[in-house]
This record gives sequence, structure tokens and C-alpha cells, in this order.
Amino acid sequence: MKRRLLLGTALGFALTGAAWADTNPRTGEELAAEQDYTYWMLDSAKSLDPNLATSVEDSDVIRSLVEGLYNEDADGNLVPAVALSHAVSDDLTTYTFTLRPEAKWSNGDPVVAGDFVYAWQRITDPALASEYAWYIELMQVVNAGAITRGEKPASELGVKAIDDHTLEVKIEAPLPYFPKMLTHPSTFPLHKATIEAHGAEWTKPGNYVGNGAYVLTEHLVGEKIVMEKSPTYWDAANVIMSPITAVTINDENAAWTRYVAGELDRSTVPSGQFPRLSAEYPGEVTSTPSACSYTYIINLAEGKGNEALKDVRVRQALSLSINRDVIIDNILQAGQIPAYSWTPGAMNGFQMPSMDVASLTQAERDEKAKALLAEAGYGADKPLAFTMNYNTSEGHQKIAVAIQQMWKQTLGVDMTPQNFEWAVHTDKMHGGDFDMARYAWCGDYNEASTFLDLWTSYSGNNDSKYANPEYDKLMKDAKTMADPNPNYTAAEGLLAADMPIIPIYHYTSVRAVKPDIKGLSSNNVLNTWYAKDLYRVAQ
Amino acid sequence: MLNFVLKRLAIAVPTLLILIILSYILMYAAPGGPFTREKALPPQVIANLQARYGFDEPLWKQVVIYVWNIVAHFDFGPSYIFKDRSVNDIIGQGFPVTLRYGIISFVVASVAGIGLGVVAAIRHNTLVDYFAVGVSIGAQVLPNFVLAPILVLTFTLWLGWLPGGGWEGGEWRYVVMPVLALATSYMASIARITRSSMLEVLTSNHIRTARAKGLPEAKVVIRHALKPALLPVLSYLGPAFVGMITGSVVVDMYFSTGGIGKAFVDSALSRDYAVMMGVTLLVGILYIVFNLLVDVLYAWIDPKIRY
Repeated sequence: MKRRLLLGTALGFALTGAAWADTNPRTGEELAAEQDYTYWMLDSAKSLDPNLATSVEDSDVIRSLVEGLYNEDADGNLVPAVALSHAVSDDLTTYTFTLRPEAKWSNGDPVVAGDFVYAWQRITDPALASEYAWYIELMQVVNAGAITRGEKPASELGVKAIDDHTLEVKIEAPLPYFPKMLTHPSTFPLHKATIEAHGAEWTKPGNYVGNGAYVLTEHLVGEKIVMEKSPTYWDAANVIMSPITAVTINDENAAWTRYVAGELDRSTVPSGQFPRLSAEYPGEVTSTPSACSYTYIINLAEGKGNEALKDVRVRQALSLSINRDVIIDNILQAGQIPAYSWTPGAMNGFQMPSMDVASLTQAERDEKAKALLAEAGYGADKPLAFTMNYNTSEGHQKIAVAIQQMWKQTLGVDMTPQNFEWAVHTDKMHGGDFDMARYAWCGDYNEASTFLDLWTSYSGNNDSKYANPEYDKLMKDAKTMADPNPNYTAAEGLLAADMPIIPIYHYTSVRAVKPDIKGLSSNNVLNTWYAKDLYRVAQ
Repeated sequence: MLNFVLKRLAIAVPTLLILIILSYILMYAAPGGPFTREKALPPQVIANLQARYGFDEPLWKQVVIYVWNIVAHFDFGPSYIFKDRSVNDIIGQGFPVTLRYGIISFVVASVAGIGLGVVAAIRHNTLVDYFAVGVSIGAQVLPNFVLAPILVLTFTLWLGWLPGGGWEGGEWRYVVMPVLALATSYMASIARITRSSMLEVLTSNHIRTARAKGLPEAKVVIRHALKPALLPVLSYLGPAFVGMITGSVVVDMYFSTGGIGKAFVDSALSRDYAVMMGVTLLVGILYIVFNLLVDVLYAWIDPKIRY
């Protein structure tokens, strides 16, 4: 590791009086002398205020600084954090959480139920204008929507401190996966006195008061964020690594170079180089399923888009004639999973429906596609032509060109790819100004509804404007079912039949991790990780 | 002279106002906005954001409020993307970084460029000249996004002399590669301008006179040829200086310096209007100041010029 770079921080660390044991207290493994951890971030963190955070980088840092009711273990299951346990009322709408009495803020104050009440009221308050206010509404906390719309005061939010260590949350309707949503930074507690004393400046190093395993010591936008072990954290005895440094490197090649030079413990791999590098660095460079799907959406809105694409047979034909294996093996090359349905199979508890098309050979799919297109009346005498929008990116372009070729060769269809700068592309998509458009979605929590809710007619993100009352009903009913998975499977079936979207692949997360770093999960599709779980073994 | 400077400063005020108004209009004309998200935000959230940042006011009023906040409070507003930072904050952190590697780059590029150009001109049509021209053309055609990875491969991976990125408060080992990546192409331009201007001056009458009265060649070059030959270089150096101290997106992205250069591209792409305006104004003011400075220097170097 970069010893000179760490001199200053190591000194600071020594002054905090913390020290690591020679063996990991949980596993008994022998530990390396140096327990610093440096990881790569694609972009700068946008905000370290849990109520204002929007990006993955924000969440990764905030999970080290602040702790919510529950954390996730390596497989995405809930483990107690500030909450020791919870009870649910008989009507499944009132949750009562018992909080850990020894939980403390980094200034020594105890973490109390009122800190959660304050944070949840603050995020829904229109005055803060948080982008994730909708998350509390998605959790169905009573009055969340009305408060964000300015119709009710924040004090009427369905969250209450019964006493310092008992938190009560009322939700509008039963929601089986409600506890799973509590690992999101939008639900983390906040230290009111700090925010009131410093205003927007409270997230600066020196001002920041969190209840997480680490405290913020440096934040240089575009360069790095440094965190050191918090002595007041309730489980500080089991926190091994410190300091944690998050380095911003916008260029994947630069990140990889610095990883090879030993400056980073964790990095990404430049796109297209996964096959070579995973062979050269076995065990270090890996690819695991991720909760994101890549798709082309079709504009089904009345009077908008391309009329030909409103014929379901055309959409089916287009989907069938995409050779997803070619795209994955020759373009993406990082073990992505071909998608014939929308929700990634790795979502916790989700049973991926078996799709007939998945078991066919590409030649068989092509035959079916040709027949369907002919049936819809398109062919040499009535050619089909439309445009497909994507945002400027080499990867999107390669995929678009490959699919353009497949459609041309198999079906004689003319698809014209059009690229736009990201903001323009998104604007056109939300405004319904497209025939077909590239889209990707990543789950917010580890449950299939985070994907399937998207295509309900009432979803604000349904840019396809797909509307099927049967689908809406399946998704609405799923909210109150003990086991909603059959409904999810049925909903996937409807999507496959109506084909408002053409799923192309499910993402994988590609990473390079130094072999002496342990404790990173490879089985958490949301890629949620906690610095406090990491350690470096002696080699 | 004083009159000239005052007049130029007076013109700067309307120039900046026009810059603000034009930038504002262009910003708003671009599709999308700071709250465009791949996951569309619910309408009430957008409404709250617009109210918080004053987008619900008419455009003219927004411009007036914006200018007033700058004039009265030196407040360039909050960033719409970096939610807990102000534009002053962002420029305050990033500008000292680019200022540092920019000034060093400027010195390196000027000294090396002028030196190379002068030597090439004096040794016109010799191997030295060909070498100097070769170096400057090579440096000119090598874009910094190619040079940066080559530098990292060489100095970080192969030789292991320098860290591959970061800034660490501007410690010298972190400054070397950003400076090389930034200075190289400027150095090449300066060398070419110096060389051709020097060649022209060396054939002029006053140089022939100087040589005729038997001055040593070194004195001819330094005292009589260099000063007039630097005039065209000077008009290039003004804008080049501003270009260097406001950084480079490639340098900031590749070397993770945390400089302001990246803010230009990022703020434009994410429609972070306030940051975009802030950096535009910063560059605008710097250009006005340094163009003025160049004009003043002109008069000082060339007695024929009077304002």
C-alpha cells in the first residue's frame, strides 16, 4: 500500500487510540499489520447527507458513517443494526422497533428513536426538497405522500418515538417487504442538534456526526473521501479496517492501472477486458450478478411513437430475433446474463419464470420471428422502419449497431439508431418523444417488486406507457400477499406476452479485489457492503 | 495608459453581463434540466426542488436575483447536483488545485517552449532545428488523453517512481504528471510561434545593424531579437495562461486531482446551472483580466505601441 500517503492519516488513527488485534475476533484468521482499505469510486459522492444522497457512491460512503435500523449480511438477509428486533401488529400495518440501548453518535450522544423520527420527517418535508422523498412514500409510511405534496405538516408522518428506545412506524397498507426497505440510507437516523447548528455545512469533516462504524476525516470532491474508525460505535471492538479511503477515478483504465500499481484494494476492470484479466488474475477479477436490467422500451402511448410497433406480433418478432448470446459473448464480455424476462433472477426470493423462448436455439427463434412479422403484414413489399434512441456511450452504440444488423439480416427491418447526450435522451424518453429507446433499471431494494412495479400504468417511470389492468391488479395484490412470488411470475408472463419492453441482458458487477482483502460479499445483488465487515489477512 | 486600463475595465462590466445573460439563455435552451433523472422524479418532488432553487420565478427575475446575489453577497448560489455544497465551495476547493498545476505548467511550457523556439531559429535548418521542430510537432499532435495514460504506464507501472493519481495537497510527486500532461501541447505551440517570429526578426534591419556594429551573437539575440520576437508569443500566452490555470478535464479525470477542470464538463452534462454559470464567469473574468494584462505588457515591450 501507499505508505507515504497514509502517514498523516495513520498518525491521526494512532491518536484516536484504536488498535487492531492480531487475529480477527469473529473468524480467528491472522490479520495483516496494516488494515487500511482504499477503494475506487467512478464518480464523486454528490452528498453525504443521508436525506439528500442520490448516487451509489453516496450510499457506499454513508453506510460507513451512519447506521440504520437494519444492515444486510453477505447474502442480503437482514441483520440487526440500531434495531435489535421488531414486532408487527395483527393488521400488519404497525411496526414497533426495539432500539439498541448502547448505540451512540460519534459525539457520544445516545441514538434514540427521536433521531429516526427527525430524519424521516426531514426527508419528506417539501422545504428540504429531497429527491428520495418518494422512497418514504414507496414504503407506504402514513401521510408521506401528503407531506411531500405540502398538504400536511411533517409532524403528521406515521412515525413516532414511544420512548427513547422504541420506535413505532405506521404504514398505509401491509407491505411484506417493508423491513427489507430499511437498509436504504434514506431511512437512516440523523443528529438533529448537529444539523441545526451547522445547516447545509453539517456534512463537512469536523461537523459530521454519525452513528456508523466510521467518522469522516477528509472530503475532497473529485479526489477522495477518508474515514477513520469511530471509537463510539457500539460494535467498535469488531471493526478492523481503518482508515477507509474512497478515491474518485472517472476513467476505468486509470483505475485499473492504479490497482495494478498497488494503490487500490478494490477497483473495476476496463470494459471488454474482463475475459483476459479474469484469466490473468484468477480469484481477484470476478463477475457477480447485479440487480440491474438492460432493455429497449417501446413507445405505446396513444398518438406517439411508431404505429407499427404497437402490433404485439412486431414487438415479439423483434425480441425473438435478437441474438443475446452474441451481444454478451462478443460485446459485453463480462458474464452478463441474457434476459428474456425483466426481473434479474438473482433478486432475493424471486423465482424467475421459465420462458419458452430461452430454451430455443437462435435459429428457431429467428424462424418464429419471421413468421410473426409476415403475419403482421410486414415484408419486402411493406418494409418496417423505425428509430431507436440511446444516450451517447460506446457500449450502447455497439449493442445498437449489432441489433440493427440482426434485425436487418433476419427480418429485413430498418432500425436507425440515434444517439443523444444523456440529458436529452432522458428528456425525450420521459416526454414520449421516441419510437424505441434504450433503458436500464437498477433495483432500490432486494425484492422483485422494485422491478415489476415499474410497468404498472400508475408508475411515474413507465415511459413505455404500457397499461394492462390485469398487470396492475397482480402488482397491487402482491403488496398484501404473504408470498407475492406467484403474482410476480404471472406479471412476468404478461410482460413477455405483451412485450412493451425488449429485455436484453441482466447486468453483472465486475470487480477486482486484492486477494488479502476478506469480508466482501459476492452474493449480494444490490452490491450493498459495509466497510466494518472487511479485514486484511496476513499473507 | 491609466485611461486605457480604466476604459477597458469599464467595458468589462457590460461584457460580463452579456456573458451571464447569454449563458443563462443557452442553458435553458438545452433540453433536460438539473432534475432530469433516469428514474423520473415524482411531480411533487420536482415542484419542491424548483421552489427551493427559485426555478418557479420567471427567467428575467432569476437572472436579476442571480446577479444581485453575486454583486451584493458574492454568492454564486447552491449546486443543484452536489446538494450540500455551494458554487463558492466547489470553486474554492477546486480552483487552488488547478491554479497550482496550471501556474507550474505555464512556467514549464513557456520556458521550454521559448527556449526550444529560440534555439531552433538560431540554428535554422540544422539538425538542432529539425529536432526542435520534430519535438514540437510530436508534442502538438499527441493529445493529453493519450499522453496521460502513457505517463502513468511509464512512471507508475514500469518505473514505480510516481503515484498514479491523487493530489495530496499538491505534494510534488502528485504534480509532475498533471503538469507534463497539460504543459506539453502548450509548450509545442509556444515553440512554433517563437521560432517563426524569431526567424522573421533575425532577418530585420535592426538585427543586421546590431551585427554590423560587431555585437556578440548572444547579445544580438537576447537584447535585440528576443524582445520583439516575443510579441506574438505574448498574445498567445495570455489566453494560454487562463486555459492552464482553469485546468483540464482530462487531467482532473485521469489523475483525480479534484481540480476545477472537471466541473466544466460535469456541470454542463448534468445541467448543474449554478456551477456552470460560476465556472463560466470565472473563466470570463480571467480572460478579461489577462487580455488586458497582455495589452499593457505589449506597450511596455514595444515602444511603438501607445494607447
